[in-house]
Amino acid sequence: MWKIFKYSFFDLLRSRWTYFYFLFFMIVTAGLLHLSGQVAAAITSLLNIVVVLIPLISTLYGIVYFYNSSEFTELLLAQPVRRRSIFLGQYLGLFTSLAASFLLGILIPAIFLGHFEVRLWLDLFYLLGIGTLLTAIFTAIAFLIALRQTNRMKGFAIAILTWLFLAVLYDGLFIIFLLFFEDYPLEKFSLIATVLNPIDLSRTSLLLKLDMAALMGYTGAVFNKFFGTSMGMLVSISALVLWVAGPLLGFLRVAARKDF
Amino acid sequence: MINIQHLHKSFGKLEVLKDVQLEILPGKVTAVLGPNGSGKTTLMKSILGMTLPDKGTIEVRGEPTRHAWNYRKHLSYVPQIAQFPSNLTVQELLQMIKEVRQEPANEDPLVDRLSLQPFLDKKLGTLSGGTRQKVNLVLALMFDAPIVLMDEPTAGLDPVALLELKRLIQDMRKAGKCIVVTTHIMPLVEELADEIVFLLDGKVYFQGTLSELFSLTEKNTLEEAIAHFLIQRKDRTSVNA
Repeated sequence: MWKIFKYSFFDLLRSRWTYFYFLFFMIVTAGLLHLSGQVAAAITSLLNIVVVLIPLISTLYGIVYFYNSSEFTELLLAQPVRRRSIFLGQYLGLFTSLAASFLLGILIPAIFLGHFEVRLWLDLFYLLGIGTLLTAIFTAIAFLIALRQTNRMKGFAIAILTWLFLAVLYDGLFIIFLLFFEDYPLEKFSLIATVLNPIDLSRTSLLLKLDMAALMGYTGAVFNKFFGTSMGMLVSISALVLWVAGPLLGFLRVAARKDF
Repeated sequence: MINIQHLHKSFGKLEVLKDVQLEILPGKVTAVLGPNGSGKTTLMKSILGMTLPDKGTIEVRGEPTRHAWNYRKHLSYVPQIAQFPSNLTVQELLQMIKEVRQEPANEDPLVDRLSLQPFLDKKLGTLSGGTRQKVNLVLALMFDAPIVLMDEPTAGLDPVALLELKRLIQDMRKAGKCIVVTTHIMPLVEELADEIVFLLDGKVYFQGTLSELFSLTEKNTLEEAIAHFLIQRKDRTSVNA
């Protein structure tokens, strides 16, 4: 598995898309730090970019990478290696290169431009941690979609719709539901609904950490009330880790039974 | 060397292989022929464990292949479409497959014979289709596996490389290897094949030597013999209809 990981990672490290992604985060972070003047404000703006953009890029890049390497995957499947090693190696290769672009893209300008207090460094690291988890989740979801759907156009469409649903539509439906049933106790429902969407979950988790009650909204407030700040963060992080494991295990399970 | 018993495979409603029984022997070149969609690639992929059979058994050197992966060390495979990670160089790809297989490899003579020396440091994404096919051949043949499966190995090759491929196949036969080739190039089959397997609609329609095929069909060329089978099938389907 590690050999396949190593070469997938090297292959991606030389792809210009990896550099675009890295440069994008670097320019945005440098721009925010420079323009806002306040580190805390820059972190809040980054939060919004991270929770929406990382899922989108990880999903799209994941699906394109999986389809583009499908013939090569077939060549690897003909070698004396376990299927699981091949797919896990490729997944880790893509995840590591995306996560590295994102982490370095934010850390480099932060080190050179940000005048951080310790507390803000901790906030930034929390943001980087959540971004890394989102990369892992959406790369796994993209691989699962690509593996199940051999028709590339359909796969692409499903991937974009999945992102659109989780990033945009879900919140809308959620609010409509809350308004519709406002006479009923909805704490448990909103807790469950937040946990079921990794984007909402990461946003809530980050707002708890940044202690921004004003931006938390209903679900953040419920999370805070239900678990308290530290416990809320712990619960949300654990749920995000489960969100990595679920699609990844599903992907490996489908891969074990698939005809190539 | 490869023993296939009652192999069935369907994709959805489409039955691709129907009760295939085959014994493929070492020291011989076996050509698997058949029209498009007759199940040639599925048969090869089933031997490799890439396609999982619905029913039936496949044994490679006496080892059952179901749920196994280590037996693939006895196999080398030249796939039909050669597509590689575009940002790696030829040299890096060769190194990667060597590391993955963890077996001794001897790529230098093959690189020389297929004139790949100038391309070793080039990125795979920049290579032409023919050159990629040569890389594909080196990747499979640099290991000393006793069984070599080649799916349309001539695709995109220039005449010089094609000649070299024929010599390579002859050398491997002399070395006692079991070689299975699918191709649509009939002169290549006539020149090289010791055994012909003709697949039609997922069934083995014929297995035997070239001369047996000619005497059975009362034809003198492979093209005519195959056309004979296809016409026979057409007649049969029209009678059934």
